[in-house]
Amino acid sequence: MVFAGGGSRLTHLSLELSLPCLATLLLLLLLQPSDAKNSEDVRCKCICPPYKENFGHIYKKNVSQKDCDCLHVVEPMPVPGPDVEAYCLRCECKYEERSSVTIKATIIIYLSILGLLLLYMVYLTLLEPFLKRRLFGHSQMLQNEDDVGDHQPFANAHDVLSRSRANVLNKVEYAQQRWKRQVQEQRKSVFDRHVVLS
Amino acid sequence: MYNHGYRRESFNSTHSGTSDEDMVEVAGATLDFSVTDDVPPLDNAASEGHSTHNGIGPKEASKMMDFLDEPVPGVGTYEDFNTIDWVREKSRDRDRHREIASKSKESTWALIQSISDAFTGWLLMLLIGLLAGSIAGLIDISAHWMTDLKEGVCLEGFWFNHEHCCWKSTEITFEERDKCPQWRSWAELISGKTDGGLAYFLNYMIYIFWALLFSLLAVSLVRSFAPYACGSGIPEIKTILGGFIIRGYLGKWTLLIKTVTLVLAVSSGLSLGKEGPLVHVACCCGNILCHLFTKYRKNEAKRREVLSAAAAAGVSVAFGAPIGGVLFSLEEVSYYFPLKTLWRSFFAALVAAFTLRSINPFGNSRLVLFYVEFHSPWHLLELIPFILLGIFGGLWGAFFIRANIKWCHRRKTTKLGHYPVLEVLVITAITAVIAFPNEYTRTSTSELISELFNDCSLLDSSKLCDYVTELNSTKPADDLPDRAAGKNLYQAIWQLTLALIFKIFITVFTFGMKVPSGLFIPSMAVGAIAGRLLGIGMEQLAFYHHDWVIFKGWCGPGADCITPGLYAMVGAAACLGGVTRMTVSLVVIMFELTGGLEYIVPLMAAAMTSKWVADAIGREGIYDAHIRLNGYPFLDTKEEFRHKTLAMDVMRPRRNDPPVTVLTQEGMTVEDMEALISETTYSGFPVVVSRESQRLVGFVLRRDIIISIENARKRQDGIVSTSVIYFTEHTPPHPPNSISPLKLRNIMDLSPFTVTDHTPMEIVVDIFRKLGLRQCLVTHNGRLLGIITKKDILKHMAQMGNQDPDSILFN
Repeated sequence: MVFAGGGSRLTHLSLELSLPCLATLLLLLLLQPSDAKNSEDVRCKCICPPYKENFGHIYKKNVSQKDCDCLHVVEPMPVPGPDVEAYCLRCECKYEERSSVTIKATIIIYLSILGLLLLYMVYLTLLEPFLKRRLFGHSQMLQNEDDVGDHQPFANAHDVLSRSRANVLNKVEYAQQRWKRQVQEQRKSVFDRHVVLS
Repeated sequence: MYNHGYRRESFNSTHSGTSDEDMVEVAGATLDFSVTDDVPPLDNAASEGHSTHNGIGPKEASKMMDFLDEPVPGVGTYEDFNTIDWVREKSRDRDRHREIASKSKESTWALIQSISDAFTGWLLMLLIGLLAGSIAGLIDISAHWMTDLKEGVCLEGFWFNHEHCCWKSTEITFEERDKCPQWRSWAELISGKTDGGLAYFLNYMIYIFWALLFSLLAVSLVRSFAPYACGSGIPEIKTILGGFIIRGYLGKWTLLIKTVTLVLAVSSGLSLGKEGPLVHVACCCGNILCHLFTKYRKNEAKRREVLSAAAAAGVSVAFGAPIGGVLFSLEEVSYYFPLKTLWRSFFAALVAAFTLRSINPFGNSRLVLFYVEFHSPWHLLELIPFILLGIFGGLWGAFFIRANIKWCHRRKTTKLGHYPVLEVLVITAITAVIAFPNEYTRTSTSELISELFNDCSLLDSSKLCDYVTELNSTKPADDLPDRAAGKNLYQAIWQLTLALIFKIFITVFTFGMKVPSGLFIPSMAVGAIAGRLLGIGMEQLAFYHHDWVIFKGWCGPGADCITPGLYAMVGAAACLGGVTRMTVSLVVIMFELTGGLEYIVPLMAAAMTSKWVADAIGREGIYDAHIRLNGYPFLDTKEEFRHKTLAMDVMRPRRNDPPVTVLTQEGMTVEDMEALISETTYSGFPVVVSRESQRLVGFVLRRDIIISIENARKRQDGIVSTSVIYFTEHTPPHPPNSISPLKLRNIMDLSPFTVTDHTPMEIVVDIFRKLGLRQCLVTHNGRLLGIITKKDILKHMAQMGNQDPDSILFN
């Protein structure tokens, strides 16, 4: 699924793509044919209540759905021959299957998305202002010196280089600034002025 | 050149505000507004009349006029926190459809295009269903796992929750179905012991730690990335579907954060559910997928049809009830629900339910945890306790709404609202500290409901099924007679009563916090506990006093007459109905949960009783109450307007105010208009022939004027502050050296709705509701007198209902 519009945003891209990636991954998991099914992921579970002197017991076995009944699953049979029918009448057998691959994939996807978001949050709140201050302080110094005269070739080179990279980074910067402004607006309406979403 | 007094930020806000989640760039010519969307350009018939127009020949004149009449990108879009113009959007869609239909006869390619245009709706529904179902599966599996993470961890693979960890184990016993060696509780991992005071204390502390961690993460993520992701979402979606615009509310960041934080919030043990937020998630999916198709991206009215269908898909995956989902969307959430949307919503809901089923989050092809499988019959006399449960549900619903609104109002107005993170942490701490000791509140609420709905058979070993049984009876496992309660059952009754009191109070404070929170599950839990307690009470009453008159005919000893699980279900329906005031959709959801029509009569009795009792105490459901609390401009279609006021009592300007601000169809300069716009805040202006005659020509929106003037200044040469603006069809010829005029006829709505000043307000309100108007002009003897906007109507209704008219914030 390709979304129209928008520039390339390096830090945003991974987070934005994770959603369609997740969706497609889950769809692929769904469409996986049953030959990929783990034999451990099916079971027949029989619950037998207490009967005469026997305590209640739960029996499990990997059998196919047509074999999922008391006679195939309950082994060893705790009651002698004539009582088997009465015993089995009270047992309830259910065929269950699960997909451990789906569970594993889902949890790992979820934890990685959560981890990425937390890292990004830490970056935005702690690291970015710190880094910006260092970069801006630097370039502001450079601009002042430029007016005076450029007797610092390395600084000039840095300036020139930064200007040539400006197009791509500028787009990313611009997009990120706009997103941040939107979040700021939202935060003001919801948290500060309590205008929307009491 | 520019008039600096003119607010520049309004331009920037229009440019940044129009891009819905920055997907559609308005600045620049990237938008492809095809010419048929707006008024078609002046055809050559007009230019032929002026043969020597400006000394330019007719061809060049027509070219110039074509250029002048090209629709400006941005005209026809809406600002944030404004209402859309339903009539305009619907007529635009009809024009587009007519254009495609007429073109389809020309070539095969155009025919294919017209077929694919009709087909896009269904494709969109399919995609929405798939995406909503997948996300719901992700949420279910992750929430299940994280809830169990508070207890312990699976050594076989950390991604398994408790139930799946013990899935293959052969060491589980009949009495202790939870214990298996692969699953270790935290106390066991740390201290090595499973029982005893130290283990209990360690478990307690770690439970509280995990709960606080999850809720802290949830609220910080919401705060940092998507503040719109908090709360339930249903009141705002109702308002959006009614025509309001909240940009970013259904965006991709909101979707991502809502999904992630919903899992965290549910797992932290707070008394909230995930059904309401799932509706929001599904609507976000719908909105995001709309951007793939031009037909829905550009038209706000068509988009709202898609959002109605997406809301149906959301409820469908929450409850595993596709029909109930469609009815919920019809009854609770949608504003305009054409018949076409009904069929498409059903399709989306089915696809979503089917996708969720394939993901199989609960391991047994069930969509919801608390599916009811018993089919025991009930007796007519049991309707009395069912109606009692209905009354309880109604009382609880009314109490909850009042208390919650008071608390939310306090959060909005006092200093409590300045500490959202601290509030969440405190409530989580209180919930965790009180919930842990009681085993019925320690587990997740869905599991509690599932256990309460369960009908006891010999195969169950939970405390709720501890009856005194004769071991030698030869009856089959599930047809047990009513028996005396055992010791454990009495203990369970006490615990359930404490859980009920706890849940009744803590939910009031939890709903509305700054994390995603729903209230379906907590309401159902309250009702289910109350129902089960009443059911057990009735059962014991029938057992010990089976010779009373009321029990004699049908409930003799040894008969299986009373099913407490059924009472729990009816109680859950009653409480949910009391809070949300759902009627048909509630019954259908519950009946889809039970899989049969046997229990429809008790469910309906309880739902109707609870709605009547709750309506007698307070008129609004929880969602309408929150809409009113936030001041959204939502014109409720359910209530009738019963007062005898006339249009002239409501219209603006009032008697002593200056006359209505109008634009004249010719004679105003660009400067005049800019000054007018910067001095006033009206969202639209009527255009009259002249100030003396006040005869109506049309209506222009403020945003369209701003965009057109800015565009004209930039793109058209010769437009200066003294250029005259014409709304007429033919501009008078002007000599070549004078200032060129600005024609703005194409942004004017030539058919504004008008009523006379003596029209009764009931008819005016009816017109607003049925047509979805934003404003309506009032005339007197054919001359323009004033204007009525939706906000005026809402204020008037509030005034008539003795409520505070200043609480309506938006227009």
